[in-house]
Amino acid sequence: MADGAAPVLDVQGLQTVFRTRGGEVHAVNSVSFHLNSGELLGVVGESGSGKSVTMMSLIGLLPSPPADVRAGTVMLGNRDLLKISADDLRDVRGAKVGFVFQNPMTSLNPVFMVGNQIMEPLIRHMGLTRKQAAVRAAELLSMVGIPDAKARLNAYPHQFSGGMRQRVMIAIALACDPDVLIADEPTTALDVTIQAQILELIKDLRQKLGMAIVWITHDLGVIAGIADRVMVMYGGQVVEQAPVRELFANPQHPYTRALLKTIPSLTGEREERLQVIEGQPPILAGPPTSCPFQARCAHAFDRCRTENPQRRAIDDSPVGRGHDVACHWTPETAHA
Amino acid sequence: MLTFTIRRLLLAIPTLLFISLVIFLLVDFAPGSPMSQIPLTVPPEVRMKIIEAMGANEPIFVRYLLWLKQFFWVEPLVMIDGIFGTAYAEGMQRIVSWQSRSPVMDIIWERLPQTMTVVGSAYVIGVLIALPIGIYSAYRQYSWFDQFGTLFAMIGFSVPTFFTGVVLILVFSVNLGWFPSIYDTTLKVTDWESFLKQIKQMAMPVAVLALYNAAQISRYMRSSLLDNLGQDYVRTARAKGMPERTVVLKHVLRNSLIPVVTVIALGIPTIFGGAIITEQVFKVNGLGALLINAIHGSDLPMVQTLTFIFAVLIVMFNLIADVLYGMLDPRIRYD
Repeated sequence: MADGAAPVLDVQGLQTVFRTRGGEVHAVNSVSFHLNSGELLGVVGESGSGKSVTMMSLIGLLPSPPADVRAGTVMLGNRDLLKISADDLRDVRGAKVGFVFQNPMTSLNPVFMVGNQIMEPLIRHMGLTRKQAAVRAAELLSMVGIPDAKARLNAYPHQFSGGMRQRVMIAIALACDPDVLIADEPTTALDVTIQAQILELIKDLRQKLGMAIVWITHDLGVIAGIADRVMVMYGGQVVEQAPVRELFANPQHPYTRALLKTIPSLTGEREERLQVIEGQPPILAGPPTSCPFQARCAHAFDRCRTENPQRRAIDDSPVGRGHDVACHWTPETAHA
Repeated sequence: MLTFTIRRLLLAIPTLLFISLVIFLLVDFAPGSPMSQIPLTVPPEVRMKIIEAMGANEPIFVRYLLWLKQFFWVEPLVMIDGIFGTAYAEGMQRIVSWQSRSPVMDIIWERLPQTMTVVGSAYVIGVLIALPIGIYSAYRQYSWFDQFGTLFAMIGFSVPTFFTGVVLILVFSVNLGWFPSIYDTTLKVTDWESFLKQIKQMAMPVAVLALYNAAQISRYMRSSLLDNLGQDYVRTARAKGMPERTVVLKHVLRNSLIPVVTVIALGIPTIFGGAIITEQVFKVNGLGALLINAIHGSDLPMVQTLTFIFAVLIVMFNLIADVLYGMLDPRIRYD
């Protein structure tokens, strides 16, 4: 959509902390991003970088305790999701924001029929009767590409394959025609051919329904194929954010560059070993006082160890709108 | 499901026959003589006559086959006669108690109501208490309620019923005088007053047994619910915006009840077994007391028959538990 239009979802300064016996773990540290209507935002980062926790914090899906969403605003339309009551938030979940999870094998309730599970949000949020909901559920099932939908409503999850269960999950998430679909690694647990099918399905549905999508993944190949804009996360922070072509053509953050290098290539020379990023992402016991990536960064210098870099725009647009990066290192500092 | 049930029922026949043989032999080989309660002044030749009259001198396989015939043929016929007023079993020899010389099954039918009212209602009450406690303890894990529930379960499970029974008698009968300490079997419930009396005399034995049952089942319920609360489908239900009530009492409970229902079904035969100790403490004239007395008096037919009935019930409820499991869990299909 056109730049400057109000975003569907606008997150500012989100901070989430887990209180554990060993002390606090700062999982999300002042994350800000927005989602324009109809846009597909890719969120990339390795395991433990805070991608899923960020998205679950938005709509109160983290169990509390131990999770505690401390600061920030999450504007959906003109409401701050962090300020409204738990009941109001429940009206948002499933109605305005749909969620698809990583593991379709365990994400459906094994003892209820698939139709029943799709009908639940329809009855709750849209006030349909059971009969109406059943009709709509059958429509949804055929929309996500399950043949003979009406009969399959009475099937149990274990009678479906992994790919079909993920289709059911997508049908549930889209049941109430949400403004935002959050897909948390929806293809990670599936084998490659099914992954491709699910990707195609989402692309299709996006064209038909026009919802905005947040797509969490650690697969940059997937991102390149479907995203409009990419947000790279590391250590619970956004370290780089750019339109997808710009990010792949001109990565700024050392972490982004390292990530791009880890994609194995099918063509070209093969004498080089597969690139890896040595070390582990940090577990932050307090608010960050240094760049979270500095321990693994080849370019790290003194300032990186004493000051957490803020996001700065590297083109003419303001931070968050164009290409921005959270890194002290610039070509100038390298020469200095 | 039907073929499964029929197959299991057919398989139960050889199982039960084997069990009956083992029970018969074990009880028969046990030391003790049916004459031990006859005074020593009775001369040996009279003793021999008594033993012959009871058929206790026959070889063991003859007695076993006779018992089999009586249990599976004569007693059902007697039951049919009782219901329809026919006379198929006329003149046939029934299983007779060596102690009282009256048919074993008649005595069992006499004792069954006491056991069913006391032990049966204790089981039902125990389950009804245990389920909510287990559910709430799991949902609010490590809360004060949960800690208290854990303590309650630990006490209920580890303190033996003969101790809690005696403590209750001491407090509520001896000191406070609220409830009678002895269960009056002859009491007939005819009006409101006798009903209150019945409730009063049931209160303590039922409380003792219910505490014990609830302790066990609440722990099963709690751990089963805890297992399920962390599952991915629970997060899905929340992501759909379902209220907590629906999430816990529909999605989670339905899944966590599957193993608990099985445990509850498997526990039902123990009701018929009576609560041997508790019945003794409160002088409830039930099946447990009957079995103990029969063992003391070397009343072999009574012991064998009672034990075998328990075995039948256990086999039956195992089957029922399996069928229930298949009905509750759609992933399990037996056909």
